[in-house]
Amino acid sequence: MSTLLTAEEARKLLDAAINGNLPDERGRFGPFGGRYVSETLVPAFDRLEAGVKEHLHSSSFKAELQKELREWVGRPTALSFAPRLSEAWGAEVWIKREDLAHTGAHKINNAIGQALLAKRIGAKRVIAETGAGQHGVASAAACARVGLPCRVFMGAVDMERQAPNVDRIRRLGAEVIAVETGDKTLRAAIDEAMREWVTDPDGIYYLLGSAVGAHPYPYLVRELQSVIGAEARQQMLDQAGGLPDAAFACVGGGSNAIGLFYPLIGDDIELIGVEAGGIGDGLGENAATLATGTPGVLQGSYTIILQDDDGQVQETQSISAGLDYSGVGPEHALLQATGRVKYISARDNEALEALEELCAMEGMLTALETSHAFAAAREYAKQNPGKRILIGNSGRGDKDMPTLTKYPARIR
Amino acid sequence: MSAHEKICSAISAANDSGRTALVPFITAGYPEPKDFITTLKSVASVGDVVEIGIPFSDPMADGMTIQRSSFVALQKGVSLKWIFDELDSVRGEIEAPLVMMSYLNPLLAFGYEALADRALGAGVYGFIVPDLPYEECAELRAALEARGLGLIQLVTPATPEDRLKILCDASRGFVYAVTITGITGGSELPIDLADYLTKVASHSTIPVCAGFGIREAKDVAAVGQYVAGAIVGSALVEVLESGEDPKPFLEALT
Repeated sequence: MSTLLTAEEARKLLDAAINGNLPDERGRFGPFGGRYVSETLVPAFDRLEAGVKEHLHSSSFKAELQKELREWVGRPTALSFAPRLSEAWGAEVWIKREDLAHTGAHKINNAIGQALLAKRIGAKRVIAETGAGQHGVASAAACARVGLPCRVFMGAVDMERQAPNVDRIRRLGAEVIAVETGDKTLRAAIDEAMREWVTDPDGIYYLLGSAVGAHPYPYLVRELQSVIGAEARQQMLDQAGGLPDAAFACVGGGSNAIGLFYPLIGDDIELIGVEAGGIGDGLGENAATLATGTPGVLQGSYTIILQDDDGQVQETQSISAGLDYSGVGPEHALLQATGRVKYISARDNEALEALEELCAMEGMLTALETSHAFAAAREYAKQNPGKRILIGNSGRGDKDMPTLTKYPARIR
Repeated sequence: MSAHEKICSAISAANDSGRTALVPFITAGYPEPKDFITTLKSVASVGDVVEIGIPFSDPMADGMTIQRSSFVALQKGVSLKWIFDELDSVRGEIEAPLVMMSYLNPLLAFGYEALADRALGAGVYGFIVPDLPYEECAELRAALEARGLGLIQLVTPATPEDRLKILCDASRGFVYAVTITGITGGSELPIDLADYLTKVASHSTIPVCAGFGIREAKDVAAVGQYVAGAIVGSALVEVLESGEDPKPFLEALT
């Protein structure tokens, strides 16, 4: 299975992406994507795909979702001009405020959409995985809202570093299952959720939180998160008087990034995804999947993954639980292969510095995940003075206080 | 006779002698890589076909026992290449046909053509790939079948009847009938097994072997009423884990 695209293939696939023709009917984004799942789950995926086809773009579903996004999530979220950062960086900086969405991150856009879908396709209960806990919180809240029981799988390592979210998930009525297997982070939580799903493929709805996994998840999550980019695009035109020169988003599995980028891929905008550079460039020292990974199959999808020569998936390291993942959504793999989106990384310390700067200059405590995007944008502004920059602020940083208290604030 | 037909005939031979065929599963190199061949020979002296598990970092279809064995084997350096080297070293010494159970990614990393070449040379006649559904399997299947090797399809109680037929037709070696909706290592067989296994057997022209949740002689006897063979995985891995000789355990099963 070759993944190196010729220039001609890349151009055709990018056109197809821009024209809304990807994924294809087999769930492929060019060579990437697909559906690599156990036989027990094939009928469940078929049902899910049929449900997505029937409901996602139906007028009654759209009306119901719109109402929830407006009245419960609090959309549209603001686009904030950042005057002091702009001055400090020598750029024009605009911030798309997903931190202002209900439950504090973009994850709610997807969670409420899928919870409504779960209800429509007759699921009896919902399961979800979570890394940073934001998707767990969003799933718990969305399930409470639509009246479905919810069980959240969370790695034991993540439960410790994102303790405030564990309590929030429980208070929102969901059950939290500590995952002690594998790497005890997001990847192990997804494995464990899949193991639960096969025990009752008819009754369970798996509310996957990122644009990863087997078809139709990468598509479904992108469609539900594209509200970020669609709103931001219009807001830039209205408030800034034009589109940005460059847009930045952090990338773990890549749901907020695909949500911001997808509505912008047909525009003349530099798109830059920022992965977790962790503590160094060595295998296992970071979660920079697209920067250093190779093609393979992980958790249902043919995509770029961090693996050794034997095809064993490698553990990752990042200060941010939400980016600490060995794979990435297949559409990002395609956008990288076509050259449309550039993927770079920021290290733990750079993210921490960016977080402190944003707090001090604009009064926003952003999530550690999101801070990676700010770190990369600051570097870009340095190299490219005078540009108009849009940054996807995917979530707020309150959940990171247990981690942040280990690092004394350097900016006073 | 092609390689995958040798799997069928080994199972049929057991049935002809009045037994349910036994397909033991071991995680390669577990608990100690140095004991792999000894364990394999011991298991193959009782088993009609032996299933060798390739350890993987994300064993999504497996319960705690096989996850744990997989993790330990990886820690001790077991890889697909090492497994083939070990098997080559005892070529011709093991009579039972071997099949490999592997998640897709280690096979992708190895390369399908190289995989099929090495497998044929090492006496591995079939592959079971739990995260490779029929719709995605064409490429691997073609590489295997070009050498007469078989891609064994799994069917489950959740598989609809029209799909069951397609999977049974596509399967080579045997049809792997998963007894439960769940992961490996379950503690008991479902009570409505008869209808399901009878249905699978009626669709298949090659032997059907049942797996998941088979731990004791009564389980082997239960599935043996309806299908040709029984696959014993987690229960055997537990025996290996305790350091006991697997032979008496397997002999007591049929």
